[in-house]
Amino acid sequence: MTCEAFASGSSFLHKADPRVKVLCAFFYSLVVACLTIMPAQLASLLISLLLLASARMPLAIVVKRIALINIFVMALWLVIPFSTPGRVLFHAGPLEASVQGIYTSLAITLKCNAIVMANMALLSTSSMFLLAHSLAHLRVPSKLVQLFFFTWRYLHVLEDEHRRMMQAIKIRGFIPRTDILTYRTYAYLVGLLFVRAYERGDRVYKAMLCRGFNGTFWLLHHFHLHGRDVAFGLGMGGIIMALAGIEWSYLIR
Amino acid sequence: MVLSDPLIELNDIDFSYSSEAPVLRGVNFCLQDGARVALKGGNGAGKTTLFHLILGLITPSAGSIAVMGRRCSREEDFVHARRHVGLVFQDPDDQLFCPTVVEDVAFGPLNMGLRSAEALERAEDTLDALGIYHLRDRVPYRLSGGEKRLVSVATVLAMKPDVLLLDEPTAGLDQSVADRLIQVIRSYPCKGLLLISHDPGISSALTNRAFILKNHNIEEDSGSPE
Repeated sequence: MTCEAFASGSSFLHKADPRVKVLCAFFYSLVVACLTIMPAQLASLLISLLLLASARMPLAIVVKRIALINIFVMALWLVIPFSTPGRVLFHAGPLEASVQGIYTSLAITLKCNAIVMANMALLSTSSMFLLAHSLAHLRVPSKLVQLFFFTWRYLHVLEDEHRRMMQAIKIRGFIPRTDILTYRTYAYLVGLLFVRAYERGDRVYKAMLCRGFNGTFWLLHHFHLHGRDVAFGLGMGGIIMALAGIEWSYLIR
Repeated sequence: MVLSDPLIELNDIDFSYSSEAPVLRGVNFCLQDGARVALKGGNGAGKTTLFHLILGLITPSAGSIAVMGRRCSREEDFVHARRHVGLVFQDPDDQLFCPTVVEDVAFGPLNMGLRSAEALERAEDTLDALGIYHLRDRVPYRLSGGEKRLVSVATVLAMKPDVLLLDEPTAGLDQSVADRLIQVIRSYPCKGLLLISHDPGISSALTNRAFILKNHNIEEDSGSPE
């Protein structure tokens, strides 16, 4: 599946214990999201780039994904500089861009990219299944883990149903146009997809009941914490504290 | 000699999915110890419905159900019933949901209260008995149709049920996989078996009696093959 494009690999991050990676990703994202000063934000971007480089993922897909995120970030650049009050830097027609607005936009860009890159490096180097298991091991509520896992597990079923329905309408000569027949066909398609997804879910649930399901997410695989995982976790912990330290030292000045 | 309780007993069962079209009306059926029964009937006659009723997946509008001598009315009763009666679904994709084959097979035993190591061993033994041990770490939804079917049978056999309910187990399988499946089920020591199939080959190989569902009711089939 496309969402696991980076899951197989041989880098250090691929081999690291997913539990450590999940914890690092969580706390790192939390701290980076709270950074308010530019040097700390730049440092976090640098750290994320290093993480991304050490994950050795296919460059083309990485660049494409980051570009996709930055399309949304660009949309913010069109609004925030002109809507934030402050010292005027330049005029664009009737609009005034403020220095503060540009700073805010820059901060969002840096932090957003830093968080996305770090999460790509830390999380997408594990399969969804390992991530779900590590969440369960980290005592995340079982219901949430199951929701996460089944959402992923049945996405491909929906994808499959969708593909089959598309084939069925194609062999009967359907060509998408801008007309009422096309819209109606797509509406039927989406409607049927919901119905089928619901029924499939119902049947799967019944099959699970037949095997005695009572809400328990069984864990058969157990992770083993290696020395390198501890070292990595401590290293990342140090980096996260250092980032928070830069921020703190600036704030109390 | 005192007759033992029937494995499955249905008394005056009524069931309908919607008010205008009843599926079953006043159905009485009894599966005795040692019985191997083929269940026939046209499409939509209610064969799968009957299976789902036996395991409490759907609730009849009237009548009573007893499994292994225990009257089943509440969910707890059916939880008990499902430990003794194993249902192999028509579509293996409905049955397999775990990330690896071995976990899927171990899922039932774990729910029965086995410890992880025991469940894993049971799952591996079952896979071995079905000759699909090599699929152990594969992802179920990426298997071929025949492999999925064998795994879905393994998930049920791993719970060591007393009674097997098989819903079109050989549909869509080629002859060699179908033969293997028949072998596996023949060698499984179950007390009773109920089979839905349109394939006369598997019916004659696995069953010695036949019932037919028609006009919302069930009756013993006099014998002419479908």
